[in-house]
Formats: sequence, C-alpha cells, structure tokens
Amino acid sequence: MSTIVVFVEHKSGSARRASLEAIGAAHATGMTVVAVATGPGAADLGAQVGAAGASKLVAITGADKYSPDGCAADVVALVQAQGAKAFLCANTSTGKDLLARVAGALDCVPFADCIELRNEGGAFTVRRPVLAGKASITTQSDSAVLCASLRPNTFAVASGAGPAEVSSVATKGGKVVVVSIAAKPDAKLDVKEAPIVVSGGRGLREAGHFKLVEDLAAAFGNAAVGASRAVVDAGWRPHSEQVGQTGKTVSPQLYFAVGISGAIQHLAGMRTSKVIVAINKDAAAPIFKVADYGIVGDAFEVMPALTEAIKRARA
Amino acid sequence: MKIIACVKRVPTTEVQAKVAADGKSIDTTGFEYMLSFYDDLAVEEALKTKEKHGGEVIVLTLGPSESSKELREALAKGADKAVILVDAAWHTRDARSTAKALAAKIKELGADVVFTGRVATDRDQASVGPMLAAYLGMSCVTDVVKLDLSAQGGNAQRESEAGVETVEFPLPAVITCDKGLNEPRYAGLKGIMAAKKKTIEETPAPEMPNASRVLKVELPPARKEGRIVGEGAAAVPALIDALKNEAKVL
Repeated sequence: MSTIVVFVEHKSGSARRASLEAIGAAHATGMTVVAVATGPGAADLGAQVGAAGASKLVAITGADKYSPDGCAADVVALVQAQGAKAFLCANTSTGKDLLARVAGALDCVPFADCIELRNEGGAFTVRRPVLAGKASITTQSDSAVLCASLRPNTFAVASGAGPAEVSSVATKGGKVVVVSIAAKPDAKLDVKEAPIVVSGGRGLREAGHFKLVEDLAAAFGNAAVGASRAVVDAGWRPHSEQVGQTGKTVSPQLYFAVGISGAIQHLAGMRTSKVIVAINKDAAAPIFKVADYGIVGDAFEVMPALTEAIKRARA
Repeated sequence: MKIIACVKRVPTTEVQAKVAADGKSIDTTGFEYMLSFYDDLAVEEALKTKEKHGGEVIVLTLGPSESSKELREALAKGADKAVILVDAAWHTRDARSTAKALAAKIKELGADVVFTGRVATDRDQASVGPMLAAYLGMSCVTDVVKLDLSAQGGNAQRESEAGVETVEFPLPAVITCDKGLNEPRYAGLKGIMAAKKKTIEETPAPEMPNASRVLKVELPPARKEGRIVGEGAAAVPALIDALKNEAKVL
C-alpha cells in the first residue's frame, strides 16, 4: 500500500492539534500514514499519532535546536526511503516554511493552506483559497509526490487506533538554526488556530480600549485576540494578530468582530468562520452582511455585559 | 553585496473575484494591479542593505511587460536595475514553475542575498521564496520581522505560533519579509527623475510547464443571512441564547 508522510509539530512530546488533523486527513485517503517529528520529546508521540491514524512514527534525533533546512532534508530523505506518494503538514508558520523547502528539494509543486484533499485512485486533488479566500481553486497535482499543508481547524482528528510503531533516525543537520524562541506571554493562543477569535477594530477608538476585547477572550479561556488592519497600522496591536488579506486567514468556530466595519480585505480573512458575531455602532456597516448575529451598539456598553454573560455561561 | 529583490505584480486587495466562463480561472476584467504588499518590504530591505553594506540592488519580477510600472517605482526609490522575465500569463504558473524560472535568472545575475515578500497576495502560497533557496542551494529564513546582516551571514527574527524565533543563517540567503521588518519609503522627485534613465531589461520568461492542473475555480458560498439580535447591552441575553441554543457554539 502506498505511503503518506505527515510532519508532526509538538511541544516536548505533546502534539499540535493541527498536526493531528493532518494525520486524520492523511488517514482518510486510505494510505499508510508515517508520522515524522523532530526535537526533544519526538519519540514520545507514538500513542498520540497512533490514535490519530498513523501506523508508524519516525523520531528525528540530534536536532535539539530546530533547523528548517535540516528538518526539510530529514523529511525528504524519509519521503524517498518510504517511496511516499504524498507529504502533508499543518499550515502553520513552521509547516508552510517546511512545505516549500520539501517541495523545492523534491522538485514538486507545493499546495499551501489546503481546505480539501482527495485521493482518487492515486490522483490527488486539493482545494485551496486564493486572493485571501475571495475564491478557491481545485487543482490536480501532477508531481511525483503531492506536497501540501492543511489549514488548521478544517480537517477532523481521528481517534481510537493503537500506538504507532516508533523508530528513530539521526538528523542530517542544516545551515539555518533557530537558536532561541521568546515564548509568547502566558502561552497566548495563535489567532489562526484558536477555536474562538475576538477581533477589535478602529471602533474601539484607542489602543487601551482593547482591554474590552482581551477581557472577552479571557472569559472564554480558549479564545485568541485578533485585530483589523487599521489598528495594526496604527500600532495598537502586533501584526501577528491581524486578520485579513495582508494578515492571517482564520476559520474558527466562533468569530467576534468588535468595532470592525468590515472592509473587503477583512471579510476575506474571516468569512469561513462557522459563526460570526458583529458588534458595531453603525447599523449599515458591511460586517453585518456576513454576520450570523449582530448587536447594534457601543462596544463600551456591550462588551462588559457580554463578558460577564460569557463568564456566567461558562461557570 | 549583490542584492536582488524578487517581486510580483498582483491584483489590488480591493478586487472582487469573479469566475471566468471556463470555470477554471478568475475573470480579471477590470482588475487593477499593484506590487504585492510584502514585496514592497522586500524592496525596502534591499535598499537598506545596500545603504549599509554597499553594492547593487536589482529588482526582478516574472510577469507581464506592464510590471514596468511597479519596477519603475522601485528604481525611483533607489534600486539600480530591473529585470522582467516576461510572461503575460504569469498568474497561471504554479509555484514550482515560477520558482524555477526565477532561480535560473538569479543564478545568472548572481546574488549574496535575495529578498522577497512573505507571500504574494494573489495565490497566497508563501512558497516561492524557500523554493528559490532550494533550487539555488542558498539558506533561507521566512517571515522575517527583524534582520541583522553581516558579510558572512546574519541573525533574523521571525514570528511563529510559538513566539519570536531568533534564527542564525549563512550567506548566500533568501529572506522573506513580513510586516514589521521596515517601513517602505516613498520615491522622491529626484529619484523619480533618475529612474527615467535607468534600464528595465525585458526578456522572455523561460518556458516551464506546470506540474499541476486547475480543475475548478469557485467563489465561497454566500453566508446564510444573519440577523440583528438587538441594540446595546440589552441585546446580550438574546445573543447568548442564540449562540447556545441555535448555533450551539457555547
């Protein structure tokens, strides 16, 4: 049976959910899934990747500090050794970087941020958004190895299977090395991966008022803070939080747009969210056209009441 | 230092997508174009690198002849030379085809450092930069928000889900530029005048067949019509009820 290699990101042996989703998508193609992970704790992932559908786990050893080109070389060697027909990873910052390096080394076409993956008798087709989600294209890969990264929160995580068979292989090493990582304060969730996103815009009037947005996100406990381009350009929030065409495209279960009017570039970045809630003073704001639920009102009045109500609902 | 800024002409971010009659492409009628947002950062970083280390900045694109408009602006800002690998169907190339054509030209021109945008805002692949590095045997750092370059290599910062990564790399290198790295300058009158005398080389882009076929282009499904649950703080209970009992997301 043909093989599909999936790169698994993890933190000290705890797998990233988006990587388990990629294993789920790989498993759904009916092919044998070989997971690969690198760095300290990689060999501890056997049960997690096995439950999600991988039959084997290859742990790369000797790569205590992540090297993007070294990791790509390790993945390429594994793809070739396994005669794999496909390589998948999560479309995270690390994943899409790795995808392009692997595709380049294998001289294959990469497909980033896929939202659909099909295997029809060995022919792979993928669907992915373009123009920040204003359209999507379905493409058939004619490369020897399908190389694709999958959008987080889009594919299901499988469970129930037994642990994967674990083996290890030494890293080839690379020229580019991540020498240190300054972790985000209090392990903040990334806006691309969080199941709930609370975004604020210029309607909040000044940077300090983002506390209203942060408080609602904190009340949920599993929410990330997002921002419109206007407030990022104004320097109120970091670019890492920007949702939209020159920021991140997100599709959480629940998206709050607070004081965001809804420019086409912003809508492109969040319109695939499952449920959208808009809070805006202007009843004619375009954001209400894509929102499932809207409250017309002043964020300064609505947000504290909403935060309290969410705290009560979750207590 | 030999510095190349690799850029792309893309539709403006205001455009509305329409599916063409063949169902397999986007109808570009009425589209206006611009330099991809992040490529502006690549041009700026190339100019800053020249100011610090000396050398020459070449701006390179694969695109239609009309790209000369965006390249002329880069020349006005201070780039020395510009090259267009001409292909009127540039937007139909897959990432591999684009990367291979650009890599061949970069090899011919020679480069110590290649700057490009984090992603082009049309195909949203973020792939061509690292692929160039793979084809050219250069090192590569993506999504860079801070850069410190020396003659042999450098130190870059990039934002990932884990936090801010500090990355060491040797030259020659491909650096993909993210928002925050710099503030692109505007071209001054003197630069605009000087740019008129600079050359833009146009050569046909190397043929490089795609290794992929587009089967279908679709617009996202229209969202189900929503509703205003009420006004002001008084509407909060109605919203909570809808989220809990109707949308079932609480």
